[in-house]
Formats: sequence, structure tokens, C-alpha cells
Amino acid sequence: MTNLLDVADLTVHFQSDAGAIEAVDHINFSIRRGEVVGLVGESGSGKSVTSFAILRLIRRPGEIKSGSVRFDGVDLATLSEEQMRRIRGAKIAMISQSPRTALNPVIPVGKQISRLFRLHEGLSARVAEKRMLDMLDLVRIPDPRRRAGQYAHQLSGGMCQRIMIAMALATSPRLLIADEPTTGLDVSIAARILDLLRELGAKTGAAIMLITHDLGVVAEICDRVVVMHAGQVVEAAPVRSIFHAPAHPYTRALVGSIPRVDRDVAMTPIPGSVPSLLNPPPGCRYVSRCDHATDQCRVARPPLESRGQDHDVACYYDIGRQTGGVAA
Amino acid sequence: MTIAAPATQTKPAGRSLVWRRIRRNPLSFGALCVIVLIILAAIFAPIVAPYDPDMPDAMAAFESVSWKHPMGTDMYGRDQLSRIIFAARVDLSVAFAATALAVAIGAIFGAMVGYAGGWIDNVAMRLVDAVMAFPAFVLAMGITAALGNSTTNVALAISITQVPAYLRLIRGEMLRVREMEYADAARTVGNPPWRIVFIHLLPNCLPPLIVQATLAMGFALLTMAALSFIGLGIKPPQAEWGVMTAEGAAQIVTGEWWLFLFPGLAIMITVLAFNLVGDGLRDFLDPRMRGIR
Repeated sequence: MTNLLDVADLTVHFQSDAGAIEAVDHINFSIRRGEVVGLVGESGSGKSVTSFAILRLIRRPGEIKSGSVRFDGVDLATLSEEQMRRIRGAKIAMISQSPRTALNPVIPVGKQISRLFRLHEGLSARVAEKRMLDMLDLVRIPDPRRRAGQYAHQLSGGMCQRIMIAMALATSPRLLIADEPTTGLDVSIAARILDLLRELGAKTGAAIMLITHDLGVVAEICDRVVVMHAGQVVEAAPVRSIFHAPAHPYTRALVGSIPRVDRDVAMTPIPGSVPSLLNPPPGCRYVSRCDHATDQCRVARPPLESRGQDHDVACYYDIGRQTGGVAA
Repeated sequence: MTIAAPATQTKPAGRSLVWRRIRRNPLSFGALCVIVLIILAAIFAPIVAPYDPDMPDAMAAFESVSWKHPMGTDMYGRDQLSRIIFAARVDLSVAFAATALAVAIGAIFGAMVGYAGGWIDNVAMRLVDAVMAFPAFVLAMGITAALGNSTTNVALAISITQVPAYLRLIRGEMLRVREMEYADAARTVGNPPWRIVFIHLLPNCLPPLIVQATLAMGFALLTMAALSFIGLGIKPPQAEWGVMTAEGAAQIVTGEWWLFLFPGLAIMITVLAFNLVGDGLRDFLDPRMRGIR
């Protein structure tokens, strides 16, 4: 069976007065059916841009420069805008990072959900409302009938995120893109939202692409992780390998920067910040922050290569070989 | 169970909150009452007015203010008070029709232009600049002079002079809301552009539109009275405040002061009332005032 989503060689540029900003640079990754994939990286590494590019919603001055996005075997670039609209929301849904502002302030939240049924499935107002109440029940909103009539500003942040999840899952999408779904929620609410996502994903068979900078979240619910840095994929591996045998220096640094309370290890911040994406140099983009950088790294970009089972890395330096292997 | 209790409590609390905020602005609330009174008088004019507004009475011409005729009579002996009450029907309905039409056109095109952006927006805004650079009253005069001054044409002329203001207002609001996250959200769930513009975004532009429309009601009324005053608006046999002021003005030298004073006052009070209500609405709908209870 083919992958649910294949992103190949995708490049997104934003035109600015100073030149093109290479927000996403020739990235490759796949998502299988029903899989939960974490897209991890610092702010500005191109995670959100990637998700908008998948939905073909990059707006000027942004532009998809090259590459293809195949969803369910279909190249999305070949679809008409009308066909694309039928994919958005119905086949690929998205949860935004700020639920309160992503809900329309002047439309009752229930109506925002029931409208989706009418838009994508052509249901009558009455049936749509019933399905909407079922959805609110599914995301465990207490007293759904009353909540449905309320506006976003009358609900708590966690409640708004539940509404967003209900909205996203309403039309049983095959892929759910969750863009930092738990930022801005407090920890206990965040954990419950993640559980809900994982559970509903499994129940509906939807694959989840979870965009986050929080490796704790990744460890909790992801099957596989794609690590992005400065608009490029630097490593893709199952979640266990990422934590136990990170191969790219950036991934190692990310894992090392997680505060640990169970072990007496100092947390190490990553030096420097994401380099400017305006006319970047040709070599590896992590070079200025890397301990293992060589001349080769400065001249040519390391290709994304397989390092064993389901594990791709874009780095010339082989940590596993140098250190005699870290147990996976 | 007590679970339902909060639901029943929210309603009275909400209502008293609105009431408290209205009471903070007694002037605007008073003005609103005045407008409601004028509208009621216009609707029930045949009941409220003491005389037939068009019935001449040769014996009672040019009578001054008295108990019998609280606002005196005109050269044909018609009762001024009755004429002013009936005139409110014409004045309010034309002002309302003109404003409603201008709001509708301005909102629809302003929303489309603002959402589309780019060259469409540029062309539309230069057109708006061109119309706005032209004195509104002269434009209205020109339109009624060209089309002929029927009631419909007066309404049309006033509305055309007002469309650019609404267009620019809504376009500006649209530029703001189209960047909001709920606009992105509406796009990500596959809404077609027209649904995004009119169902998801336009309702978020309404508060400033309501304020502008209320203020413009007063201005529309004033424009109409002014057009009638110079003979390019409503035509004389019809009772209309501008027409009556013009007729009264001709009698100033002979001392019949009540003939221009009362219609003039009617115009002034109504326009002032709309402006005060508009100002009050602006405060009322201002999100920054929301927190203040």
C-alpha cells in the first residue's frame, strides 16, 4: 500500500525586498496511514509553512518553488482549486496552535462545526446539528447542547481546543495536521488534549502530523519523528531511535536540551539560533552551531541518507560509528 | 440537580450588564428615546396628528402659535404640527432607504475588494478617492438635477454620495480580519472564497459599520432637507421638513417666524439625535470598553 502522504523535494520561498527567504528547502518525508508523526524543530524551522504548503494555502509573498505533495497517491499540485477545496477539511484537517483565535468570534461554536457537515457532506440543518452534538460528545465536552450555542470567548482555552479537534475530525479526515495543539494550554489540560488526539486518531484511523517544538509531547504520542532545522529535514526515525540513538548533531542537541528530573544531568542549551534563511550558504545549515563541522559540511549540503531500519539522516558525521554505537 | 443553575443565571446578568452600560451614557440613551418617539409618531401619524396635513383652511391662514395650532398654520391654513408629523414619514424613510442601500452596496463591494487585494483593491480605492474628492452635496445636486427629483431619485442620489465611505470602511476592516487566524481556519476547512468573505469575515466587520450607518442617517436626512430647500429634492406639495423650511424662510420678512422655525427644529433635533446615538453606539461597541462594567 502506498503512503498516505509523500512530500518530495518540497521547496517554499518567501519573496522579500532583500531576496528570497528559503523557508522550506527541498524536504522529503512520508506519513503512513494511521501513523502519528511528529514534525519537530525550533521556531522558524519551517514546520508551519510545510503544513500550509501541503494544503496548498501558501499565500503571497510565499510560493511553492518545487517538489510534490502526493496525498493518497494523488499529486495535490495537479488538482484544480475546486478539487483542492474538497480535500481541505474533508480529507486533510488542521488544528491551529491558538484555538481561541482560530474560532470565529461572531459565530456560535456549534454552528461552526455543523456548517462543515453541510459544506462537505451536504447534510440538512437538522442532521448536521445532530452530528455536531455527537462530535462535541466525542471530544468530551460536558453539556454539549448549551456549549454549542456559546461563542469562543465564553469558553476556556482547553474547551476551545476540544472544539477545534471536533471540527477537525468532524468529516473523518485521513490526515490531521495539528500545529502545536497544546501551546498556550496548561500542562494538565495539554496532557488530556494529547490523549484525546491519540485516542480519536486511533479510533477514526486518521494519521496525525503533529507539529511541535516540545520533545516531551513527541515522546508521549508519536510513532515516528521528522526533525527539521532551518527549513530542512535533518533526521527522520521512529520515536525510540530519536531518543536512544539520535544520529544528527542537532537531534542530539534537541534531546540533550530536555530538562530531566529523573537523572542528575545538566540540561544543555543548543548554541546559537536558527541561521538566516535569506540567501543561505550552500553547505549544511547547522554548520555554525555544530561541534563536528568539517570543511566538507561548509561546501556541500549532506543528503538525507538511510542509516538502518526506517532511519534517515542528513549528516556527513556518523555519530554511531565515531562513538562505537549507542544502544538503540 | 443544580447543574442547570448557571445557565439560567447568565441571562439576567447579561441583560443587566447591557443596561448598566447604556445608563453610563444617558445623553445617547435620551437621543435613542427621541428617535423612537419620532419613528412612532411617523408610523402612527394619522392617529397622532391633530389635523389632515394637506387640508387647506382659508379662514385659518398664517395663524400664530396657539392651543388650537401648537405650531401655527401656513399660508393655506394647514396645521404645521400635523404637517411636521407627516413629513417625518418621508424624511425618515428616504434617509433610511438611502443609508440602507449605501450600506449594502458599500459592504458587499468593500468586502470583496478588501479580500481580493492587489490591483482590484487599488483600482477600487482610486475610484473611491475620485468620488470622495468631489463635494458630496454638489454630487447629490448633480444627480437629482440629471435624473429628475422624484423621491426615489433623491434617495438614490444621497446613497451614491455615501457608498464610497462604506466601501472604504469595510475594505479597511476586511484587510484586518482576513489576516486573522479564523480566516486561515475557514480556508483550511475548504470554504470557497465567497463563503469566507460573506459568512465568516463580513460579520466581524459589522460594529464600525453600524456606528457609521447611524451617524450617516443624520447626514442623509440633512442632505435631503438641504436638497429640498434649494428645490432639488422633494417637491413642494409634499410635506417635507426641507420644503417647509424653504417655504417658511420666504415668510421671515413678514414676521411668520413659526413657519421656518419648527421644521428647522425638527431637522436639527432628529439629526442631533442620530449623531448622539451613533456616538453612544461607538462607545458601546468599542471592544476596549468591554471590560469596564
